Amino acid sequence: MSDQNATPVQGGLVNPSENKATSWLSHVLTDLGKNGIFIALILVVVLFTILTDGILLRPQNISNLIVQNGYILVLAIGMVMVIVAGHIDLSVGSVAAFVGACSGVFAVQWGLPWWLAIIMSLAIGALVGVWQGFWIAYVGIPAFIVTLAGMLIFRGLALVVLGNSNIGSFPAEYRALGNGFLTDVFGEFDLDPLTLGVGAIAVIALIIQQVRTRLGRAKYGQEVEPLVWFVIKLVLITAGLGFFAYALASYKGIPVTLIVLAVLVLIYGVVMNRTVFGRHIYAIGGNRHAAELSGIKNRRVDFYLFVNMGILAALAGLIFTARLNLAGPKAGDGFELEAISAAFIGGAAVQGGIGTVGGAIIGGLIIGVLNNGMSILGIGIEWQQAVKGLVLLLAVAFDVYNKRRSGGH
Amino acid sequence: MTTNILEMRSITKTFPGVKALSNVTLDVGRGEVHAICGENGAGKSTLMKVLSGVYPHGTYTGDIVFEDEVVEFKSISDSEAKGIVIIHQELALSPYLSIAENIFLNNEQKGALGLIDWNRTNLEAAKLLARVGLKENPTTRIMDIGVGKQQLVEIAKALSKRVKLLILDEPTAALNDDDSDHLLDLILHLKGQGITSIIISHKLNEIKKVSDSVTVIRDGRAIETIAKVDVTEERIIKDMVGRDLEHRYPDHTPDIGSEILRVEDWTAFHPQDPTRVMVDHVNLNVRSGEIVGIAGLMGAGRTEFAMSLFGRSYGSRITGRVFKRGVEIKTRTVTEAIDNGIAYATEDRKTYGLNLIEDIKRNISMAALHRLVKKGLVNDNEEYRVANEYRTSMNIKAPSVLAKTGKLSGGNQQKVVLSKWIYSDPDVLILDEPTRGIDVGAKYEIYTIINKLAAAGKGVIVISSELPELLGICDRIYTLAEGAITGEFPIAIATPETLIKHMTMEKAR
Repeated sequence: MSDQNATPVQGGLVNPSENKATSWLSHVLTDLGKNGIFIALILVVVLFTILTDGILLRPQNISNLIVQNGYILVLAIGMVMVIVAGHIDLSVGSVAAFVGACSGVFAVQWGLPWWLAIIMSLAIGALVGVWQGFWIAYVGIPAFIVTLAGMLIFRGLALVVLGNSNIGSFPAEYRALGNGFLTDVFGEFDLDPLTLGVGAIAVIALIIQQVRTRLGRAKYGQEVEPLVWFVIKLVLITAGLGFFAYALASYKGIPVTLIVLAVLVLIYGVVMNRTVFGRHIYAIGGNRHAAELSGIKNRRVDFYLFVNMGILAALAGLIFTARLNLAGPKAGDGFELEAISAAFIGGAAVQGGIGTVGGAIIGGLIIGVLNNGMSILGIGIEWQQAVKGLVLLLAVAFDVYNKRRSGGH
Repeated sequence: MTTNILEMRSITKTFPGVKALSNVTLDVGRGEVHAICGENGAGKSTLMKVLSGVYPHGTYTGDIVFEDEVVEFKSISDSEAKGIVIIHQELALSPYLSIAENIFLNNEQKGALGLIDWNRTNLEAAKLLARVGLKENPTTRIMDIGVGKQQLVEIAKALSKRVKLLILDEPTAALNDDDSDHLLDLILHLKGQGITSIIISHKLNEIKKVSDSVTVIRDGRAIETIAKVDVTEERIIKDMVGRDLEHRYPDHTPDIGSEILRVEDWTAFHPQDPTRVMVDHVNLNVRSGEIVGIAGLMGAGRTEFAMSLFGRSYGSRITGRVFKRGVEIKTRTVTEAIDNGIAYATEDRKTYGLNLIEDIKRNISMAALHRLVKKGLVNDNEEYRVANEYRTSMNIKAPSVLAKTGKLSGGNQQKVVLSKWIYSDPDVLILDEPTRGIDVGAKYEIYTIINKLAAAGKGVIVISSELPELLGICDRIYTLAEGAITGEFPIAIATPETLIKHMTMEKAR
């Protein structure tokens, strides 16, 4: 039946006649349902912590997890935006390799200052985006085709730039992008005070933001979750962040990659939720025709989405190259698949219109923990591949099942 | 053997939180055409889904007796095996396959070795097409024939399954008058061959025309079954809405001011065929506080005119001039049109009007998001407040503005579309078939909204195929035929006869 006139059936709404305990419980359950992917991440972490006798959560390993997956997470941010708009980008791995190779030419062969090399590399990423965005948005060729072509084109160009050899080694400042840590600013301690301080600030900022959101909603008469559940959630998040900061502080401090990533998540989280551009992406993905007839400039949005993806692919290429201290022909191989998997595991819809940056990050972390955990256990790359494929399939299947159960048609 | 081919006894069907059907009993006589009517969401489609096995036995309570035998369908194929075939409102045909392939989809005519016998397929298809009176080659692709003919293909497909009880869910909703008439005649013709039909419809005149009895459903209950002799529009409407509907159109006292929009010499050509003129030197105007109707048959160029005007969303080689309060404006893009105070609410809500997977709130803000931006960021609390205001003032029936628009009924979806355009604060609103597919009660509400817009000094252009509707709400009506304006009638002198005469006028060549 296509209609549910005036009958509150949505899970989020609570019948006032129910007693407080059940209403509380129903809230917790809806929240868990909505954050299923987050729960999945926790389960995967718990599973591998047990299987690896706690190695997974050792400070050094936590730090590694971030650094090893940083470039995939950067790609996942751009990818989920592209997917929400109803497109796909298969070229990001090749673009990362191409830009990495270019940065090698700039920073190593030409000996340009590291910052100039980075800016020029990002500009090349933007140009790649302009190229692909032009074909997709203004010529109207499906993104699948354009970026499939791009996958070949930019892999080829990467080889051309490298001229059948690797380029290394890079200046220290450049390498910091992939390997660097912010630490020991206040002298040497067992626990890095800067990391702990930043962790504390992050926790406080998060709490302030959450409380402000809640007060704002309440002021406008919107429903808010029960206070107890709100506080419990904040305590849990604080504990999680606290543990994370402690782990980093007792190892080498804050990875530069993490700083880059945190800034990107903040910026793109706001872009997707609170800016006109972000809203237009969702509108286009949900119904392209309706968006067009509502005055949204579909082509322009599509175009800039791919320019943005190009820049993020370039950034991922830089981080990867910096981490290996080497620009090689195999760089970026399969990145596109991991980034796409991250977006879909994180709840993005294949037909567009649905997906979040946060979800994609968590999806990427799930893949990262799987990679890392299985490596610790000594499971070979062949089985790792198979398991990751299965997880992607199950994650999307679970999502589909969930939607069907909640009464979608 | 009783005279009833079908008896549904005390059918109750609940969804989580909603009782969709409550103790519904329906008797359908053998060889009759039985109409079911009711507002959107009354439970008609649910009842038919129970009958056809879409909702399998066990998910509802009550008994279905078909041909004196209690049946328990687990799926559609079970009900089809017994000769019950349902044709849904959204046709289930594959556009790239031929007519014959569609007719025998999942019922392929196989020859030796289990391979498809194409000669037999096309021959049998041709016989079935003759039975439904469709003169098309069986090998023609579905996408190359119109909706009216596609509907006939669906019926041919049903006939191929040796149908005894044919269920048609709003079969004429997307058809023009000619195609509708043909379809209704066909239903009567099939009745002559002993096929029983259940027809779900909103259109009271066609119900009167073809049905032997009418069952009205309201709020998941069967209100009454009326025999043909006792059927009157008033009685059906009263049953449907649960109250007397003396006035189908709200009172409207026009307070007409000065000219707000004038279109001169507006011409547009077909987008793929730039030699084919679709909108032909149209001149029209609308004044503030005025409701202007555009009457025209399907294909007369009504939507084409509106969409070409609204940011060139349709057509090629568009020429003409637009004046707002006497000053020439440009409407080359949708954004430009909106900025110039023009809004266009589409005739096809689901395809062109709404983001169905998004909530009410974000749909309402879609065309005027910039109004909610403070310091570069969208104020989502303000957005919630605005949406809630519209939910109240437009009487959008939904648990909250966070409900997905895809889950609303047609009338409520239309209210969301109207809210979206009203929030963009236009001076002129072009409403294309604003009440299509909407039940009687909601129609009245939409008319009230239109009146309020006019009373607020806006110019409203209403495009509609329903003449009574135009005559009921407009102050002035233009007739459109073959892309050209053929007449202009102040409401005082407009009659259905003169309008139809001008709507069917051929242009001088």
